[in-house]
Amino acid sequence: MALTIASREVDGVTVLDLSGRITLGEGSVQLRDAIRDLIGKGQKNVLLNMGDVSYIDSSGLGELVSAYTTSKNQGASLKLLKLTKRVHDVLQLTKLYTVFDIYDDEASAIGSYK
Amino acid sequence: MDSVGVVEAAAEKMAADAGLDEDQVFHVAMAVREAAVNAVLHGNEYDQARKIEGSFENTGADLIFIVADQGHGFEPDHLPDPLAAENVLKSSGRGIFLIRSLMDEVHFRQLHPGTELTLVKHLAPAKERP
Repeated sequence: MALTIASREVDGVTVLDLSGRITLGEGSVQLRDAIRDLIGKGQKNVLLNMGDVSYIDSSGLGELVSAYTTSKNQGASLKLLKLTKRVHDVLQLTKLYTVFDIYDDEASAIGSYK
Repeated sequence: MDSVGVVEAAAEKMAADAGLDEDQVFHVAMAVREAAVNAVLHGNEYDQARKIEGSFENTGADLIFIVADQGHGFEPDHLPDPLAAENVLKSSGRGIFLIRSLMDEVHFRQLHPGTELTLVKHLAPAKERP
Protein backbone atom coordinates (compact mmCIF):
# COMPACT_ATOMS: atom_id res chain seq x y z
CA MET A 1 0.00 0.00 0.00
CA ALA A 2 1.41 3.38 -0.99
CA LEU A 3 1.76 6.15 1.55
CA THR A 4 -1.13 8.50 2.20
CA ILE A 5 -0.61 11.73 4.12
CA ALA A 6 -3.34 13.75 5.82
CA SER A 7 -2.54 17.05 7.48
CA ARG A 8 -4.25 18.70 10.46
CA GLU A 9 -3.47 21.47 12.92
CA VAL A 10 -3.47 20.95 16.68
CA ASP A 11 -2.47 23.85 18.97
CA GLY A 12 0.00 25.29 16.48
CA VAL A 13 1.46 21.92 15.55
CA THR A 14 1.01 20.45 12.08
CA VAL A 15 0.28 16.77 12.49
CA LEU A 16 0.84 14.63 9.42
CA ASP A 17 -1.09 11.39 9.71
CA LEU A 18 0.87 8.90 7.65
CA SER A 19 -0.60 5.62 6.49
CA GLY A 20 1.03 2.87 4.45
CA ARG A 21 4.65 2.21 3.56
CA ILE A 22 7.57 4.60 3.42
CA THR A 23 9.80 3.00 0.82
CA LEU A 24 11.71 3.82 -2.31
CA GLY A 25 9.20 4.49 -5.05
CA GLU A 26 6.17 4.36 -2.77
CA GLY A 27 6.21 6.83 0.10
CA SER A 28 9.60 8.50 0.21
CA VAL A 29 8.89 11.20 -2.35
CA GLN A 30 5.45 12.06 -0.91
CA LEU A 31 6.95 12.44 2.55
CA ARG A 32 9.82 14.59 1.26
CA ASP A 33 7.44 16.88 -0.63
CA ALA A 34 5.07 17.21 2.32
CA ILE A 35 7.86 18.14 4.74
CA ARG A 36 9.49 20.58 2.33
CA ASP A 37 6.14 22.21 1.67
CA LEU A 38 5.49 22.72 5.37
CA ILE A 39 8.99 24.00 6.13
CA GLY A 40 8.81 26.26 3.08
CA LYS A 41 5.63 27.80 4.45
CA GLY A 42 7.40 28.57 7.71
CA GLN A 43 5.78 25.87 9.84
CA LYS A 44 8.07 25.27 12.81
CA ASN A 45 6.27 22.46 14.62
CA VAL A 46 5.75 19.24 12.71
CA LEU A 47 4.62 15.93 14.17
CA LEU A 48 4.63 12.78 12.07
CA ASN A 49 1.97 10.36 13.24
CA MET A 50 3.45 6.98 12.28
CA GLY A 51 0.70 4.89 13.88
CA ASP A 52 -0.45 3.49 10.55
CA VAL A 53 2.96 3.15 8.91
CA SER A 54 3.32 -0.57 8.39
CA TYR A 55 6.78 -0.61 6.88
CA ILE A 56 9.84 1.53 6.31
CA ASP A 57 12.91 0.57 4.29
CA SER A 58 16.40 2.08 4.11
CA SER A 59 15.22 4.71 1.63
CA GLY A 60 12.36 5.65 3.93
CA LEU A 61 14.79 5.92 6.83
CA GLY A 62 16.89 8.22 4.67
CA GLU A 63 13.87 10.41 4.04
CA LEU A 64 13.07 10.59 7.74
CA VAL A 65 16.65 11.63 8.49
CA SER A 66 16.58 14.21 5.70
CA ALA A 67 13.29 15.56 7.03
CA TYR A 68 14.80 15.79 10.50
CA THR A 69 17.97 17.59 9.39
CA THR A 70 16.11 19.89 6.98
CA SER A 71 13.71 20.87 9.74
CA LYS A 72 16.48 21.45 12.22
CA ASN A 73 18.48 23.56 9.76
CA GLN A 74 15.40 25.71 9.17
CA GLY A 75 14.75 26.18 12.87
CA ALA A 76 11.80 23.82 12.86
CA SER A 77 11.15 20.83 15.10
CA LEU A 78 10.12 17.47 13.66
CA LYS A 79 9.01 14.75 16.05
CA LEU A 80 7.53 11.27 15.70
CA LEU A 81 4.34 9.86 17.19
CA LYS A 82 3.16 6.25 17.70
CA LEU A 83 5.70 3.98 16.08
CA THR A 84 4.47 0.56 15.04
CA LYS A 85 6.61 -2.35 16.20
CA ARG A 86 8.12 -2.82 12.76
CA VAL A 87 9.15 0.81 12.44
CA HIS A 88 10.32 0.95 16.05
CA ASP A 89 12.55 -2.10 15.54
CA VAL A 90 14.14 -0.70 12.39
CA LEU A 91 14.77 2.68 14.01
CA GLN A 92 16.34 0.95 16.98
CA LEU A 93 18.51 -1.26 14.78
CA THR A 94 19.86 1.76 12.94
CA LYS A 95 20.30 3.87 16.10
CA LEU A 96 17.87 6.44 14.75
CA TYR A 97 15.65 5.82 17.74
CA THR A 98 18.06 7.98 19.74
CA VAL A 99 18.01 10.79 17.16
CA PHE A 100 14.29 11.55 17.08
CA ASP A 101 11.95 12.77 19.79
CA ILE A 102 9.36 9.98 19.86
CA TYR A 103 6.03 9.96 21.70
CA ASP A 104 3.42 7.30 22.31
CA ASP A 105 0.47 9.62 22.86
CA GLU A 106 -0.55 12.68 20.93
CA ALA A 107 -1.29 14.94 23.89
CA SER A 108 2.23 14.54 25.24
CA ALA A 109 3.68 15.10 21.80
CA ILE A 110 1.67 18.28 21.24
CA GLY A 111 2.53 19.49 24.74
CA SER A 112 6.23 19.01 24.11
CA TYR A 113 6.26 21.88 21.60
CA LYS A 114 5.18 24.45 24.22
CA MET B 1 10.97 -0.80 -9.26
CA ASP B 2 7.91 -3.01 -9.67
CA SER B 3 10.17 -6.04 -9.76
CA VAL B 4 11.41 -5.19 -6.26
CA GLY B 5 7.90 -5.62 -4.91
CA VAL B 6 7.54 -8.92 -6.72
CA VAL B 7 10.83 -10.18 -5.28
CA GLU B 8 9.87 -9.01 -1.80
CA ALA B 9 6.48 -10.72 -1.95
CA ALA B 10 8.01 -13.96 -3.20
CA ALA B 11 10.61 -13.95 -0.41
CA GLU B 12 7.91 -13.25 2.17
CA LYS B 13 5.81 -16.15 0.93
CA MET B 14 8.77 -18.51 0.88
CA ALA B 15 9.71 -17.58 4.44
CA ALA B 16 6.13 -17.99 5.65
CA ASP B 17 5.77 -21.31 3.85
CA ALA B 18 8.98 -22.48 5.52
CA GLY B 19 7.36 -21.98 8.91
CA LEU B 20 9.34 -18.99 10.13
CA ASP B 21 7.62 -16.83 12.72
CA GLU B 22 6.14 -13.44 11.88
CA ASP B 23 9.24 -11.47 12.86
CA GLN B 24 11.55 -13.75 10.91
CA VAL B 25 9.32 -13.56 7.84
CA PHE B 26 9.50 -9.78 8.09
CA HIS B 27 13.29 -9.87 8.43
CA VAL B 28 13.68 -12.08 5.36
CA ALA B 29 11.30 -10.01 3.24
CA MET B 30 12.97 -6.78 4.26
CA ALA B 31 16.51 -8.05 3.66
CA VAL B 32 15.66 -9.48 0.24
CA ARG B 33 13.89 -6.25 -0.68
CA GLU B 34 16.95 -4.25 0.35
CA ALA B 35 19.16 -6.51 -1.75
CA ALA B 36 16.89 -6.04 -4.77
CA VAL B 37 16.72 -2.26 -4.28
CA ASN B 38 20.48 -2.16 -3.93
CA ALA B 39 20.87 -4.10 -7.18
CA VAL B 40 18.51 -1.83 -9.12
CA LEU B 41 19.59 1.47 -7.62
CA HIS B 42 23.29 1.20 -6.80
CA GLY B 43 24.27 -1.81 -8.89
CA ASN B 44 22.51 -1.26 -12.20
CA GLU B 45 21.99 2.46 -11.56
CA TYR B 46 18.45 2.27 -12.95
CA ASP B 47 19.83 1.19 -16.33
CA GLN B 48 17.06 -0.97 -17.81
CA ALA B 49 19.53 -2.55 -20.20
CA ARG B 50 21.18 -4.19 -17.20
CA LYS B 51 19.46 -7.20 -15.70
CA ILE B 52 18.83 -8.37 -12.17
CA GLU B 53 19.00 -12.11 -11.61
CA GLY B 54 17.59 -13.78 -8.58
CA SER B 55 17.07 -17.28 -7.30
CA PHE B 56 15.44 -18.57 -4.13
CA GLU B 57 15.94 -21.99 -2.59
CA ASN B 58 14.67 -23.80 0.48
CA THR B 59 17.19 -26.55 1.23
CA GLY B 60 15.27 -27.74 4.26
CA ALA B 61 18.00 -26.40 6.53
CA ASP B 62 18.29 -22.91 5.07
CA LEU B 63 16.50 -20.39 2.94
CA ILE B 64 18.96 -19.11 0.35
CA PHE B 65 18.30 -15.98 -1.71
CA ILE B 66 20.68 -14.93 -4.47
CA VAL B 67 20.40 -11.50 -6.08
CA ALA B 68 22.86 -10.42 -8.76
CA ASP B 69 23.22 -7.15 -10.65
CA GLN B 70 25.34 -6.08 -13.61
CA GLY B 71 26.82 -2.94 -12.09
CA HIS B 72 30.34 -1.83 -11.33
CA GLY B 73 30.60 -3.78 -8.11
CA PHE B 74 31.62 -2.51 -4.70
CA GLU B 75 33.78 -3.36 -1.73
CA PRO B 76 31.40 -4.61 0.97
CA ASP B 77 34.11 -4.57 3.63
CA HIS B 78 34.84 -0.90 3.04
CA LEU B 79 31.37 0.53 3.46
CA PRO B 80 30.99 3.29 6.05
CA ASP B 81 29.47 2.15 9.34
CA PRO B 82 25.97 3.71 9.41
CA LEU B 83 25.96 3.51 13.21
CA ALA B 84 29.06 5.67 13.57
CA ALA B 85 28.32 9.10 15.04
CA GLU B 86 29.48 10.85 11.88
CA ASN B 87 27.17 8.73 9.70
CA VAL B 88 23.99 8.30 11.71
CA LEU B 89 22.41 11.42 10.22
CA LYS B 90 23.28 10.54 6.63
CA SER B 91 20.36 9.96 4.31
CA SER B 92 21.75 6.77 2.77
CA GLY B 93 24.11 3.88 3.45
CA ARG B 94 21.91 1.60 5.57
CA GLY B 95 20.85 -1.05 3.05
CA ILE B 96 23.74 -3.49 3.36
CA PHE B 97 23.82 -2.92 7.12
CA LEU B 98 20.15 -3.91 7.36
CA ILE B 99 20.69 -6.99 5.20
CA ARG B 100 23.58 -8.11 7.40
CA SER B 101 21.58 -7.43 10.55
CA LEU B 102 18.46 -9.28 9.46
CA MET B 103 19.95 -12.41 7.90
CA ASP B 104 22.08 -15.18 9.40
CA GLU B 105 24.68 -15.12 6.63
CA VAL B 106 25.45 -12.69 3.81
CA HIS B 107 28.04 -13.40 1.14
CA PHE B 108 29.27 -11.15 -1.64
CA ARG B 109 30.81 -12.24 -4.90
CA GLN B 110 32.17 -9.88 -7.55
CA LEU B 111 31.09 -10.94 -11.04
CA HIS B 112 33.04 -8.46 -13.19
CA PRO B 113 30.74 -6.84 -13.99
CA GLY B 114 28.23 -6.98 -11.21
CA THR B 115 27.82 -8.15 -7.67
CA GLU B 116 26.09 -11.26 -6.40
CA LEU B 117 24.60 -11.24 -2.92
CA THR B 118 23.74 -14.48 -1.22
CA LEU B 119 21.42 -14.13 1.76
CA VAL B 120 20.93 -17.08 4.09
CA LYS B 121 18.34 -17.60 6.83
CA HIS B 122 18.80 -20.75 8.89
CA LEU B 123 15.73 -22.88 9.38
CA ALA B 124 17.37 -25.37 11.71
CA PRO B 125 19.98 -24.99 14.46
CA ALA B 126 23.58 -25.41 13.25
CA LYS B 127 23.99 -28.87 14.78
CA GLU B 128 20.97 -30.14 12.89
CA ARG B 129 22.08 -28.81 9.53
CA PRO B 130 23.86 -31.15 7.10
